[in-house]
Amino acid sequence: MIKPYLYLSGLEPLVVRPESNFVNIGERTNVTGSKKFARLIREEKYEEALSVARQQVESGAQVIDINMDDALLDGEHAMTTFLNLVQAEPEIAKVPIMIDSSKFHIIEAGLKCVQGKCIVNSISMKEGVGKFIQQAHICRSFGAAVVVMAFDENGQADTLQRRVDICSKAYEILTKQIGFPPQDIIFDLNIFAVATGLEEHNNYAVDFIEACKIIKQKFPLVKISGGVSNLSFSFRGNETVREAMHSVFLYYATKAGMDMGIVNAGQLVVYDEIEPQLRQLCEDVILNKNNEDNGATEKLIAFAETVKAKGKEIKKDDAWRSTSVEERLKHALVNGITDYIDEDTEEARQKYPKPLDVIEGPLMAGMDVVGDLFGSGKMFLPQVVKSARVMKKSVAVLTPYIEEEKKNNPLSESGAARVLLATVKGDVHDIGKNIVGVVLGCNGYDIIDLGVMVPTDKILETAVKEKVAMIGLSGLITPSLDEMVNVAREMKRRNMHLPLLIGGATTSRMHTAVKIAPEYEHGVVHCLDASRSVSVVGSLLNETQKEVFLKETKEEYTKLKTQFENKKPTKEYLAFKDAQANAVKIDWQNYQPVAPSFIGTKVFKNYDLREIRQYIDWKPFFISWELHSNSPNILTDNVVGKEATKLFNEANAMLDKIIEENWLQANGVLGFMHADKIAPDSVEVYFDKEKTRLEFLRQQIKKAANQPNNSLSDFISPLGDKGADYLGAFAVTIQGIEKHIERFTAEQDDYNKIMLQALSDRLVEAFAELLHKKTRTDFWGYVKDEDLSSEDLIKEKYIGIRPAPGYPACPDHTEKYKLFDLLNVTENIGIELTESLAMYPASSVCGWYFAHPESKYFGVGKILQDQYEDYKQRKNWDDETAQKWLRPVME
Amino acid sequence: MDIKKELEKRILVIDGAMGTMIQRYKLQEEDYRGERFKDWHTDVKGNNDLLSLTQPEIIKEIHLQYLEAGADIIETNTFSSTAIAQADYDMQSLAYELNVASAKCARQAIEEYNSKAKSQKSKFIAGAIGPLNKTLSLSPDVNNPGYRAVTFDEVANAYYEQVSGLVDGGVDLLLIETIFDTLNAKAAIYAIKKYFHETGKPELPIMISGTITDASGRTLSGQTLEAFYVSVNHANPLSVGLNCALGAAEMRPHIAELSELASCYTSAYPNAGLPNAMGEYDEQPHETAHFLEDWAKQGFVNIVGGCCGTTPDHIKHIADAVKNIAPRKLQEIANAFSINDLQANAT
Repeated sequence: MIKPYLYLSGLEPLVVRPESNFVNIGERTNVTGSKKFARLIREEKYEEALSVARQQVESGAQVIDINMDDALLDGEHAMTTFLNLVQAEPEIAKVPIMIDSSKFHIIEAGLKCVQGKCIVNSISMKEGVGKFIQQAHICRSFGAAVVVMAFDENGQADTLQRRVDICSKAYEILTKQIGFPPQDIIFDLNIFAVATGLEEHNNYAVDFIEACKIIKQKFPLVKISGGVSNLSFSFRGNETVREAMHSVFLYYATKAGMDMGIVNAGQLVVYDEIEPQLRQLCEDVILNKNNEDNGATEKLIAFAETVKAKGKEIKKDDAWRSTSVEERLKHALVNGITDYIDEDTEEARQKYPKPLDVIEGPLMAGMDVVGDLFGSGKMFLPQVVKSARVMKKSVAVLTPYIEEEKKNNPLSESGAARVLLATVKGDVHDIGKNIVGVVLGCNGYDIIDLGVMVPTDKILETAVKEKVAMIGLSGLITPSLDEMVNVAREMKRRNMHLPLLIGGATTSRMHTAVKIAPEYEHGVVHCLDASRSVSVVGSLLNETQKEVFLKETKEEYTKLKTQFENKKPTKEYLAFKDAQANAVKIDWQNYQPVAPSFIGTKVFKNYDLREIRQYIDWKPFFISWELHSNSPNILTDNVVGKEATKLFNEANAMLDKIIEENWLQANGVLGFMHADKIAPDSVEVYFDKEKTRLEFLRQQIKKAANQPNNSLSDFISPLGDKGADYLGAFAVTIQGIEKHIERFTAEQDDYNKIMLQALSDRLVEAFAELLHKKTRTDFWGYVKDEDLSSEDLIKEKYIGIRPAPGYPACPDHTEKYKLFDLLNVTENIGIELTESLAMYPASSVCGWYFAHPESKYFGVGKILQDQYEDYKQRKNWDDETAQKWLRPVME
Repeated sequence: MDIKKELEKRILVIDGAMGTMIQRYKLQEEDYRGERFKDWHTDVKGNNDLLSLTQPEIIKEIHLQYLEAGADIIETNTFSSTAIAQADYDMQSLAYELNVASAKCARQAIEEYNSKAKSQKSKFIAGAIGPLNKTLSLSPDVNNPGYRAVTFDEVANAYYEQVSGLVDGGVDLLLIETIFDTLNAKAAIYAIKKYFHETGKPELPIMISGTITDASGRTLSGQTLEAFYVSVNHANPLSVGLNCALGAAEMRPHIAELSELASCYTSAYPNAGLPNAMGEYDEQPHETAHFLEDWAKQGFVNIVGGCCGTTPDHIKHIADAVKNIAPRKLQEIANAFSINDLQANAT
């Protein structure tokens, strides 16, 4: 099914869907709006001008607006030159281009330079219908989408009625006479300056917002845009006020249907972040409230603003330095000390005949010690990762000399076996994979890590090109399991012979045996964790062991598969109807739902990490480092206690730094809405009028007597108006990690890289816990007097639950779209969804809040065909889509 | 004879390489020149398109071989019949004439085939519009990335002239092929639309065939497949597809992707594998056919055939292989959002 989305392209496509949030169009490459850009173009400093474009794309512009309308410029020449240069810069040319000019000959010149599908900004009926048709026809013959200004021979539309009339006429002409697809039409409904002091301007923003609503109702497929900065024209020079005005305006305009706008990407403040007094003043001015005699305008003008800055520093310690260089290297490796590694390596290099001897001699000797200690359980993963960091740094010192040697002596070539690692397409999680990479690297293997979201083709082609010995796939979310099956299938189709290793949190020996191994006969092995991966890789690389190992694994998996298949009938299931009839019985008549303190959403930007860290659950943190303990306190455990303590202290030291130096930002959004159970497994939610229908899955396995077949929908009142129930939702994320990950990667510092990722994951979970607590006691406030320790929180002793779409209680990942839409998650706090519905940044959590005291966590388990059909119909899915998303829960 | 009706019924077969077949005749400079150009001031050997004027019998014979092998669509011998490409031989003034002559060769071949077979089979002539030897998105000068060797207007004018020759010569379809720079293709689309708009003639169906040049999955001008498709879709093409540069093995993931994206019919005519060290193609007819049969079974394609290195024998194997396989079904095109879309549901 091809949907009528607006499709645009640069080197890459941009699809504007109904659920796409506001599309940012970068405005800085506009000579009329940016003095700097105008000067660069006038002085023909195109290199620098290109960097303006690049910055915009980097700071999130999805389209860039290019305008060369300057009296001192030959616009056609400037447009052509600049666009031709842009085409040679893939980092810029990847996004679609909006060609912006009031002179059509400049637009036409621009269209002749760009291979992608552009937006023309703009055409109008300003000079009559004839000219309009002619220009529209040219735009169409270049395939461009067009911005149509609400403008005709009588001037710019400044009232609601004029806007609607002009747009309707333009729509008729474009769709009927020129053959424009409606989705390629973008109306610019004229954003005018408000708060100019002239009374007749005061209602301009209100009119714009109203016009958006009406146009969208009349022509649902068209898009609406506008130049946002016009709005605040009378506040030139006061960026704080301008940004606040833009943000307030967009808040209302996007709700009314505005799809895109020309903005300074990366410089929009978040609505909830605006200082309340300022926000109120902006609201009044924009919505034209309390504005008799320009009262609101006067107040906003009277408002003043503030600024701030920051700085920082650090230090270190020392002891063991008088032994031989070999001893020092060993010590550094075993203890993971990088402070002197550069000078020690250099000393060793001068002592040994060849640089390679340093690696094969003292460094490998040191790593052997590390390997032995790790193998015998005397060293733990965090230490091994640190050792690897030392090793990498030392090798980095030697590499240039080794390269030099190679040039002089091309015969020598070291032959470390290569292992390719990748997180599969659609998935962004990679802590585990990074750990596996480090551990294997320590064991002397050459690791090619393709990173996250890697398409099958790239994995397999790299594997062949780089002559790897095996491929390791990782993934954390359930759709990744299918992706792994695809990779195996494709390997078979390409007749490959490399062993395939499977790892990651959702993977299991059983899934590997049942679903992946049968697709590929040259070895599929599930690796439980990093330590296990070493022995697996070792066995696979040993020619004599390999055959036996693969044979045994295959036998084991075949057995598992048979077991699995034979086990099937032992589970008894109810017919879906009967399962529905066995819902949990809640006495709604005698239950009074508590109303939340507000209906709507609330955004938290840069939430205090000091407060969040008190909610950290450390247990998963230690598990991610493969430190396991059964004692109540891992820090005093006989075996791993010492290391755990060290790790814990270092984690806290990093946390201090994260907080002090503001490395990471915690952002979140939560919301409360009215909720009504309208069908056995469907809940309707709404803030005001617009309703969203949520769909849930129900347990279908036959339960013990008196045990219900649960569905989350059962925790919402079915009484409609009489019951007046509510549902909450939240999404939280930790942002800002990329820069630091890059830094650690550049410093070859896997230890800190993994530490930071692990902490970021913990922080986001803690943040979710914290918000849930505040929700219970304050925002929703259904338990006023909760007094639970963080221990109790971890044990989920609280009232109410916060299940996440894609997890056991509501395993359909696609409900996340609705959650994201309801809370405006992407726009509010910047979490993006991948095609497999993983959230990016990887440290993100979202979920629903249910408040009823009987609501509890459960797993839906497997469902039968009857529920599948019912759910498919409710979601209006075709079979393929339903299969894709429900396969993990299908019996 | 409506090609859309045929496409609904079955997978159509487009012919194979022209150049590979011409090589078999081992033609020399004087063969290329013929009587008319015996005193031409530059060498013309290698100007294959010129043969439609100087050796029309050979061109017709090659068409005939492809028709007999089972091709439903034959391509005119006009890959380089534009003023820009012919400038290499200083023959830019012949561009229009070359296109008319080539279209006529193809038409005669079909007539001959039909009279021989004593039938009126549905056979179609696609006017081949090649990519040019100069590109609009890339600079030939590494030190000056903003430089272009040719302008959009020059390219569009050259294509306009080619299109007018092809239409006057009587082609049934226009095939913009081997696109490695999308902007060149957009100039061709622009020229075609302009031609039909200005002459008022009924518009011929447009086939579009891009070229993914390497494993990056992008065109030479840097676009991803989807970006390419979005960029040319305004042509409202009969079909969109891929040809050249890759063999079928390498083309498979891309044609699979395109089949998902495209709202129109899809076409694919890969090379006979990748060239060997000698620059020759040695994938055997049954091998190529085997790949295309797989694609047909997967429902990826509506039109299949061959590009560089393929021969009538390849086409025969391909035609046999796809004969009884149902064509790819056109995707449903929604012209409104469903409630689910608006609720931001999964698609």
